[in-house]
Amino acid sequence: MSDHEYTPSSKFGKWFNDRLPLLTLANHLTDYPTPKNLNYWWTFGGILTFCLITQIVTGLVLAMHYIAHADMAFSSVEHIMRDVNYGWLLRYVHANGASMFFLAVYIHIFRSLFYGSYKSPREIIWILGIIIYLLMMAAAFMGYVLPWGQMSFWGATVITNLFSAIPLVGESITTWLWGGYSVDNPTLTRFFTLHYLIPFLILGLVVLHIWALHVPGNNNPVGIDIKKPSKDTVPFHPYIVIKDAFALLMFCIVFAMFVFYQPNILGHADNYIEADPLVTPAHIVPEWYLLPFYAILRSVPDKLMGVVAMLSAILILAALPWLDTSKVRSAVFRPLFRQFYWILVADVLILGYVGAMPAEGLYLLIARVATAYYFAHFLIILPVLGWKEKTTPLPLSITEPVLGGSPNFATAKSDEKIEKTIK
Amino acid sequence: MRKLKNIFFVLIFSVIVLNSSNSAEKSPPFLETKWTFKGLFGKFDRASLQRGYQVYTEVCASCHSMKYLTYRNLAEKGGPEFSEVEAKAIAASFEVTDGPDSTGEMFVRPAKLSDKFVMPYANEQEAKAANGGAYPPDMSVLVKARKGGADYIYSLLLGYSEPPEGVELDDGVYYNKYMYGNKIKMPAPLSDDLIEYTDGTKATAEQMSKDVTNFLMWSAEPHLEQRHKTGFRVIAYLIILTVLVYFTMKKIWSRVESKV
Repeated sequence: MSDHEYTPSSKFGKWFNDRLPLLTLANHLTDYPTPKNLNYWWTFGGILTFCLITQIVTGLVLAMHYIAHADMAFSSVEHIMRDVNYGWLLRYVHANGASMFFLAVYIHIFRSLFYGSYKSPREIIWILGIIIYLLMMAAAFMGYVLPWGQMSFWGATVITNLFSAIPLVGESITTWLWGGYSVDNPTLTRFFTLHYLIPFLILGLVVLHIWALHVPGNNNPVGIDIKKPSKDTVPFHPYIVIKDAFALLMFCIVFAMFVFYQPNILGHADNYIEADPLVTPAHIVPEWYLLPFYAILRSVPDKLMGVVAMLSAILILAALPWLDTSKVRSAVFRPLFRQFYWILVADVLILGYVGAMPAEGLYLLIARVATAYYFAHFLIILPVLGWKEKTTPLPLSITEPVLGGSPNFATAKSDEKIEKTIK
Repeated sequence: MRKLKNIFFVLIFSVIVLNSSNSAEKSPPFLETKWTFKGLFGKFDRASLQRGYQVYTEVCASCHSMKYLTYRNLAEKGGPEFSEVEAKAIAASFEVTDGPDSTGEMFVRPAKLSDKFVMPYANEQEAKAANGGAYPPDMSVLVKARKGGADYIYSLLLGYSEPPEGVELDDGVYYNKYMYGNKIKMPAPLSDDLIEYTDGTKATAEQMSKDVTNFLMWSAEPHLEQRHKTGFRVIAYLIILTVLVYFTMKKIWSRVESKV
């Protein structure tokens, strides 16, 4: 793993390290050569690790006070909010933490898309990331069910009902998932168990994700391969550590503003009404981070095909390294791709917006067009762009670009062009 | 500068996300009133909370329960802050069934600080039977359970009027322009001088609506004052730390020829 042999200075250190090379690992993490031109979009990996740890720690404490029972879940959450010391803080950090987690993961994913971080030799990192993202969605969905409010109950009903679209065995699978003939206490207890389990699976996958990253090393805004270590790189500590810390603190300020001043703005008011199987809410909507996929699901008239479309929308990302045929990684040197990239960003935001709206009239039409475009981007535009697009010349290294001048100057110039094209 | 622009982008993105998640159902704009609990240092108006409790207990409590509240809450910091003696007296004015005692019998005793607010009905069925089939919702977290929160509750309480031309109402159904679908089974609960405030404030419908909404906001968010106080400190601390880390970062990165 390490690029050079490491020998601990102390005798005990050497004895220990020969048996379990933890010190070698620590040394590797400290010295890990990182491209020095990484911008702030690269700080979200560290931020995401922070989010995961925050969710696990607050979640553990909440689980000590929460009662997973259909008759008691709602009031146990109120007990946490009222009577547990700093229970309100734990719960608001956990609930808003989920939203911040997704905000960060979307930035992280779109950074990869812009700079082509998913391309060879980083396909495995990317696919591990997609699996983590899928597990995050599962964990978030089940977590939203636990307070047993109206949106919890009806959200769970809508999503689990999707499985009934599977031909022949659909109904049986749904009954099996519920542990009965409707969403009820057995559903709640199993969701709680799985909600507790999944974060630890994610943690394991994050270790693999970082391990896989440390084999080829980080991609960078220029997107070219660099020699490691060289004058193009800096050691992870202290350079990247301090930069990640700065970005994390900025992120925490936004996080704190939500937790302390708008703790309920990202949730739905109906979830403060206890679950009632006899009363259906006027609009059943998932949390904001699932809305684009909800829009895709509802844009297809057939239930089964809707489910297939929604799943494909996520799974298509796993095939991205092979769908994008361009050899150039960074969008900085791909003038056409850059424009399509921003259209995709807009497309996903539009899908999110119509996902929150009732599926009728103009909204439904917009959702259908946006869904079609989403798939077209990956299945048609990207493969074709790979051989049609004329890319601009790549620099030889981060420090020695082809056209002279400093590397940052070169990238900064291209970024200005991007901003112009957006306008 | 470009880095700053990036940071702004993040903020703008989060705002877009916020707005898009709040799907809007169109209803008339809410009545405006000044809430003391809003803002960076928002606190409850103590006197208003005490009056609000009076409105609740003399008017609302005949139909609406508040099952997550305990009498001790009335004396707790950040709430109406009745004195402990007052809170005890309030509790003692209600009766609860306790038991079984040593002979196996249930008995009735005055409520204590540790008791939950006494409910107006024994169960949901009784509540429905007494209210023409409609269930008066529990009011403990009502403000958070309605879109628009305090503004919505305040507007609803004052939003009753004669139905416009062409709207037919059944018996026991009333017109309220802020209610979803405009039809509500609760008759207008508040009217001028319905109660007599112990502190001598004139009990107009607006005053009572505002006081009781304040009270409901507190019951939904009993730790709001502590949250605002802690929040300000946390954010101030984070900002100072961020500035310090920024200069540390600049210093460290000055060793390499690269912008950070």
